[in-house]
Amino acid sequence: MEYFVQQLVNGLTLGSIYGMIAIGYTMVYGIIGMINFAHGDIFMLGGFAALIVFLALTSLFAGIPVVLALLIMMIVAMIMASLWNWTIERVAYRPLRGSFRLAPLITAIGMSIALSNFIQVTQGPRNKPIPPLVSSVYNIAGISISLKQIIIILITAILLSVFWYIVHRTPLGRAQRATEQDRKMAALLGIDVDRTISVTFIMGAALAAVAGTMYLMYYGVVVFTDGFIPGVKAFTAAVLGGIGSLPGAVLGGLLIGLIESLWSAYFTIDYKDVATFSILAIVLIFKPSGILGRPEVEKV
Amino acid sequence: MASAPTTKAAAGAAAQDPILKVEHLSMRFGGLMAINDLSFECRRGDITALIGPNGAGKTTVFNCITGFYKPTMGMMTLRQKGGQDYLLERLADFEITKRAKVARTFQNIRLFTGLTVLENLLVAQHNALMRASGYTILGLFGFPAYRKASKESIELARYWLDKASLTERADDPAGDLPYGAQRRLEIARAMCTGPELLCLDEPAAGLNPRESLALNTLLQGIRADTGTSILLIEHDMSVVMEISDHVVVLEYGQKISDGTPDFVKNDPKVIAAYLGVEDDEVEEVIAEVEEVAHEVEGGQK
Repeated sequence: MEYFVQQLVNGLTLGSIYGMIAIGYTMVYGIIGMINFAHGDIFMLGGFAALIVFLALTSLFAGIPVVLALLIMMIVAMIMASLWNWTIERVAYRPLRGSFRLAPLITAIGMSIALSNFIQVTQGPRNKPIPPLVSSVYNIAGISISLKQIIIILITAILLSVFWYIVHRTPLGRAQRATEQDRKMAALLGIDVDRTISVTFIMGAALAAVAGTMYLMYYGVVVFTDGFIPGVKAFTAAVLGGIGSLPGAVLGGLLIGLIESLWSAYFTIDYKDVATFSILAIVLIFKPSGILGRPEVEKV
Repeated sequence: MASAPTTKAAAGAAAQDPILKVEHLSMRFGGLMAINDLSFECRRGDITALIGPNGAGKTTVFNCITGFYKPTMGMMTLRQKGGQDYLLERLADFEITKRAKVARTFQNIRLFTGLTVLENLLVAQHNALMRASGYTILGLFGFPAYRKASKESIELARYWLDKASLTERADDPAGDLPYGAQRRLEIARAMCTGPELLCLDEPAAGLNPRESLALNTLLQGIRADTGTSILLIEHDMSVVMEISDHVVVLEYGQKISDGTPDFVKNDPKVIAAYLGVEDDEVEEVIAEVEEVAHEVEGGQK
């Protein structure tokens, strides 16, 4: 039982990270109906930004408190990733809006490769480790929970509530939901649709950067290929939860995290990805629009 | 072309001030000339009706005015109350609403069906709210300016909900409303953008006689209370004859008549073109039209 709960906590942590990345996929898909394949690399880029900030901070101010360091890392990573994602949208996706559906998909894949190669060239192809930032571990009733895990789950919960509030309760969120439903009509009501889409990319990137920072803190290492597997898993999470649905993305992320850690705990770790994606396939066969996705009903 | 100066003079001196001036507008789709050298004016505070047989290019005119299409040729000048002029063909689509203050509705209703009725009206006030919320950032911290703006926007929405008799449905998804109510909601939403010119594309289409009577009241109320000028496309002659001050008739992208409803109604060119009937049937159709007009008048009294 303790073992099970232990794995549950691990899965929840991992799932939080996936969930935060998945939100970027799902929001962008919701608003312009494209999959931003470069989003996983934005996550990796956020990790690298955090790494660089960490190295700069520790060499400039040796005794800096960890909380402050983490906060600065997160904020700088958020800004950097947002700038990147905004630029990508501006130069690679916006000019293709209105062309055939596959065109932005292909540029997105191109952007993904370009970003990871850019990091490979500028930062080197090897793993970049950092010393453990937070190492306290608490023992509660035989289950060990590290402070890292608590931080990750807490930050995810806070950010998700903020995002939920923005999307459902602010004029910006209203504009995003309106744009999602009928872009042309939104423009006719005076909403600057291009700007709304840009903001969506920025918001998604900011969350991905937080996820990147958390990933770096959790595993203590980041490498230029890190955008790929977590990116694909987060995308899977978004699809599993129902693409376009915000709570769906989080739920999907948590599920995938849990499946992965529970599978690794009770079966063989080598097959954890097989298990994850098999479950995705099974869910999609029975519920093609995902767990929380609305089925597309065509009115006739 | 056939506009008679005598009929225009009846509208009075204030009406000489046009809110929208369309000059030599042409729109070509490949080999098809959808609009050909069309010029007309909408006077401030008037309800101007744009009528014509199917395919005459009425909706295309709307699409040009509201930025859906860039016209092949021509100029569309919108003059606001303050005297600023906007050349609509040069503005991006969202700026036509945001800056020039033109709003429109659609022939096939385009509501945000997943948003609630109230949210539909709040979306229309997006720009004011964004400014007040400091582009969301200040709003997140609950700055008083945003709270005030947010309260005002809800008040404005409530006002139009009341006008469109939708108050009880405020929190339902817009897609759940019955058809007639969706039409009224679309007009209410357009009004929430604070337009000076409201363009309505067949607002009475698919409405039953009682609903279209309610629509007449709503439109006349809009004009009386807010002074908004209205440009409408309509097939329902009872609506056109009842509420419009000025009628422009199109056929094959060209203007064939322009004047008061009475003038247009009796213009033989209009009767022939609009109704597309043989000469001997014309009388019959006129009688029918008048009968409908009388019925509506009778129903109101």
